[in-house]
Amino acid sequence: MRFDYHTQYRQGFALLPHTSDRVLYGLLIALLLAVPFFASTYLLGELGYVLILCIAAMGLMVLTGFTGQVSLGHASFVAIGAYAHAWLMTQGLPFALSLPLAALISAGAGLVVGIPAIRVSGLYLAMVTLAFSIVVEQVIGLWRGVTGGFMGMLVPNPELLGLSLSSPRAFYYVCLFFTLAVLLALLNLMRSGIGRSFVGVRDSEAAAYALGIPVKRVKVGAFGLSAGVTGLAGALMAHHIGYLTPDAFTLLLSLDLVLMVVIGGMGSLRGAILGAILISLLPRAVAALKALLPDAMARQSGMEIFVAGAVLAFFVLFEPMGLNGRWLKLRALGESFPLYRRDTFRRQKSYMRSERNR
Amino acid sequence: MSSHLELFAQLTANGVAVGSIYALVALGIVLIHKATEVLNFAHGDLLVVAAFSAWALIDKAGLSFWLVLPLVALAMGVLAYGIDALVVRRIVGQPQFAGVMLTIAIAFMMRGLVSMGFGTESQSYDTPWTGSSTEILGITVADLSLVIMGSVLLIAALLWLFFRYTRLGIAMQAASQNQLAAHLNGVRVKRVNSLVWALAGVTAAVAGIFLAPITLVDTSLWLITLKALAAIVLGGFGSLPGAVIGGILIGLIEQYAGVYLMHGVKDIAAYLVLILVLILRPTGIMGEAHGRRV
Repeated sequence: MRFDYHTQYRQGFALLPHTSDRVLYGLLIALLLAVPFFASTYLLGELGYVLILCIAAMGLMVLTGFTGQVSLGHASFVAIGAYAHAWLMTQGLPFALSLPLAALISAGAGLVVGIPAIRVSGLYLAMVTLAFSIVVEQVIGLWRGVTGGFMGMLVPNPELLGLSLSSPRAFYYVCLFFTLAVLLALLNLMRSGIGRSFVGVRDSEAAAYALGIPVKRVKVGAFGLSAGVTGLAGALMAHHIGYLTPDAFTLLLSLDLVLMVVIGGMGSLRGAILGAILISLLPRAVAALKALLPDAMARQSGMEIFVAGAVLAFFVLFEPMGLNGRWLKLRALGESFPLYRRDTFRRQKSYMRSERNR
Repeated sequence: MSSHLELFAQLTANGVAVGSIYALVALGIVLIHKATEVLNFAHGDLLVVAAFSAWALIDKAGLSFWLVLPLVALAMGVLAYGIDALVVRRIVGQPQFAGVMLTIAIAFMMRGLVSMGFGTESQSYDTPWTGSSTEILGITVADLSLVIMGSVLLIAALLWLFFRYTRLGIAMQAASQNQLAAHLNGVRVKRVNSLVWALAGVTAAVAGIFLAPITLVDTSLWLITLKALAAIVLGGFGSLPGAVIGGILIGLIEQYAGVYLMHGVKDIAAYLVLILVLILRPTGIMGEAHGRRV
């Protein structure tokens, strides 16, 4: 067991209150910084992709995990960010200016999609976002003048202050920088007044309203913020892919993002990152698994999607708190080791609750 | 008859035929949602499983269509019963979102199993009506479309009679209105809910068997779930007649949009309707007026 002894007021709201945390996270960051010096080019590219997915998952987590607004169409914001960034760069804007502008454009689209959230919620909102994502995919395919249509669009190489960022090593550092920046910004935002109003709207709209939180504005704002962060991930994704086509941003990407958030654990940024890592490693794991199987089974193509479904079903049924919940339980086990009681985290019996007459 | 009018009539006939399939899928989803408050995203994949099994039985095993239809319908009913009794029932009491995620997971697993078991290539099979057509009032309508319209109407009528006059149907209505009260009155709510899933599975099987010869037997058939959602929203969420009307309207809107509106609108017409209806009139055409349900 660990007891906190605070001698200064500021210690109460340190992000990492304990020395052990600081050492461990410091080591992690040092490791991430050192990776390019011994990893292969291929591995660096994959790691950069995982980091981009982490950003996108954090964006969705702000909306779904913290504000309680379900979105099944976040791939559309990834697409908007990617295409806006690529288009702005072909118009001659520098990388450093185009990236935030792409995020802003995506945030604007998010504000527009957020307006229906004032009127509809829950499943209905999920359907609106789903439909929006399909509409965006089609519009990108048809709007040839800007997006190149189904033929695709080449993304210019990124440059900063005359230095090319297109080498895998440089691009990995760019991704790492933005992942850490977004993580820090969201961590601090989520414990500020804004973040607490998000959580308030998630837990009870009526109570939040009674406490003077402008529920409508918070919902739309959460959509904007989430879409902005996801759009930033999309802009980075554009450089990772190199050549944009509409079928890179289908419904399956939306569902993958939702999978990351749910499997990671609702309402925690650590969960978003863990979920993004797990989901992006899943195809690799399946490929490795296939190598062990007999040839006839290994050639089947449906295994990736089957495994993804099985993992999701497993988490929904047996660990609704996700990877983050499992992590917290393991940590609690470690911290209170000899005194750990088996029933500490036992789930209570639950009954049917109707959402018809809210 | 002038060519404009003829085109319009032809579009209407096609629209009603495709819309009937949407209506059938929408019926299944609404049945499950009314009973268990789970929005079944796996419904389209039940349809895919049905279509592929029908293809395997008709084209590979050489069975007759009339034998395959009841066989696959029965098998899908059992499968849907099992899905509810073994998996979906376990998340009772968790938020609605958990149900969405669980059915998406089941959908993924079924889709994976189908492409592992039947391969990923598109297939097709013949029905007794393939290739023949009838001329009605100067427009040519494929016999298959007529059969589809007829069977959807028949299923809708049978469902109505079932819910109105049989003990089980009334028990299902009771369980969907108030589970606790139904339980206290001796309705076996769990079993009745699983039976509703089975019923929806049967409608999915029929829809799959009839849809596949029109398009192709393919895993992308599951996308019809999304069209059906648009139909449900347009008709008014939770209303069975609304689902049928909404389905047929979505079918018509798609056909008209393909010809009278600019290129590309046909593919997104259903989704635009969904967004507009939810924003402007969330209760749809036949939705219940009371309370805040959206």
